[in-house]
Amino acid sequence: MTLKQYFSNIFTGVKSLATGMKVTGGYFLRHHKEKITEQYPDNRDTLVLAERFRGEVIMTHDDNNEHACTGCTACELACPNGTIKIITKFDLTPEGKKKKALDTFIYHLELCTMCNLCVEACPTSAITMAPTFEHSVFDRSQLIKKLNKPGSKIREGVE
Amino acid sequence: MYRETDIIQTIPGTDEMVINVGPQHPSTHGVLHLVITIDGETVKKVEPHLGYIHRSIEKMCESLSYRQFIYTTSRMDYLSAHINNHACALAVEQAMGIEVPLRAQYIRVVMDELTRIASHCLWWGSVAMDCGAVTPFFLAFREREMINTIMEETCGARLTMNYMVPGGVMFDLHPNFQRDAKAFLAHFRSKIDEYDELVTGNIIFQNRLKGTGFISKADAISYGCTGPTARGSGVSCDVRKWYPYEVYQQVQFDEILETAGDSYARYLVRLAELRQSMSIIEQLIDNIPTGDFQAKTKAVLKPPKGEFYSRVETARGELGVYIVSEGGTTPYRIKFRSPGFSNLSALDHMVRGQKLGDLVAVMGTLDLVIPDIDR
Repeated sequence: MTLKQYFSNIFTGVKSLATGMKVTGGYFLRHHKEKITEQYPDNRDTLVLAERFRGEVIMTHDDNNEHACTGCTACELACPNGTIKIITKFDLTPEGKKKKALDTFIYHLELCTMCNLCVEACPTSAITMAPTFEHSVFDRSQLIKKLNKPGSKIREGVE
Repeated sequence: MYRETDIIQTIPGTDEMVINVGPQHPSTHGVLHLVITIDGETVKKVEPHLGYIHRSIEKMCESLSYRQFIYTTSRMDYLSAHINNHACALAVEQAMGIEVPLRAQYIRVVMDELTRIASHCLWWGSVAMDCGAVTPFFLAFREREMINTIMEETCGARLTMNYMVPGGVMFDLHPNFQRDAKAFLAHFRSKIDEYDELVTGNIIFQNRLKGTGFISKADAISYGCTGPTARGSGVSCDVRKWYPYEVYQQVQFDEILETAGDSYARYLVRLAELRQSMSIIEQLIDNIPTGDFQAKTKAVLKPPKGEFYSRVETARGELGVYIVSEGGTTPYRIKFRSPGFSNLSALDHMVRGQKLGDLVAVMGTLDLVIPDIDR
């Protein structure tokens, strides 16, 4: 290596470092203009989550406390983790016939991977995914949820 | 002899010493355990020990139906989860003979390339961090966050999307998808030049990577390397070019080849692939045809008896999904050929005789994702 090469190596090396420092320096001067950090627990009120965000499975109830679940167990079969357990009962119709109906919809949030396969499988769109994410509790048993509200019944006309 | 439980052991009669890197070591990017024989600073042998994150995904898949098993592959290579799901969906479609609608094919490819950009962004940040630079990590995560937001909007999840179903995709695109994706591309096009300025031209970074981790073309083939690792040695192995799936045949893109075979060549291949992925998305994003996003399929999938194989190009290389069906509702056997496993096997060859400090940089350019190696 000649002396000239030696100094040119040093020069190109320092120049490349200066080029990189220019980028960093640019950010140093205008970092206040583009803030990408979210102050999470403080901005909880203004936090906007995507409408399709999959946080947990919920059963939609209308104003009359009625849901659309027929207790067909399609979601239970579609779930890869055994998250859903459906207990059915037999209601008596006005004609005096026995009709299968939902008794309890048990949902194990602690087993759920939010894969959305149960919602896809549901023929009556009774369950959906809710955009919630703060699921921490102190005891695991609190994550076992009952999705149908007390006293709710199936909506008229849903088969 | 040394015992694995000992942290440092010398080999009697020689100057060699055996040290353990990992499984809890930040530079192995996961729970990879390397048993390294060193002579002073020179690496004599590298022996990867696997099994720390084995979840027996292949065995688990045997008890899941053909719709259910797809989500487990998101947990293999979590950085290109969408592409893993794609490979599984392709295998099931091939087995069932399902025709995927053109719209779904376009959506799949656009999403694949977005995932590839997100994965390469994270790699770019982490390889720079392995060489001692912290700033690039934050810059790369800024871009990756934009892709994650796009994914969240359309797929409903940021990392383990599970957006693929046999016969198409789970939902239609979000109305804002095209606008957001174009905004991301415009943003990223200005920032990728910044990547070059900040890291590629940096003399320290170049000296760390140039000449280290060399693997020749013949060795790359014989170790079964795929993806950017092999293309850095001049092996033309892009599955998107050689065995085109979905609409890759219709898009114009180059297969990036470098012939140097060292760490820096692998770095350049990945950086150039970012630009190629951008160009693929730009070609497709405006031409997504209208129509169904999911083919009509039966509720229970029962492929005929036989063996089925599909392959895709993930961000790390070729992922193969091999399904043996006995005609039932669950597969008899599923085997995943993961790119990380083969690429890791070449690590010993790459770093033998080099300095211990270079090992981390070489591992960085291999872009190892440990759950992918150890399923």
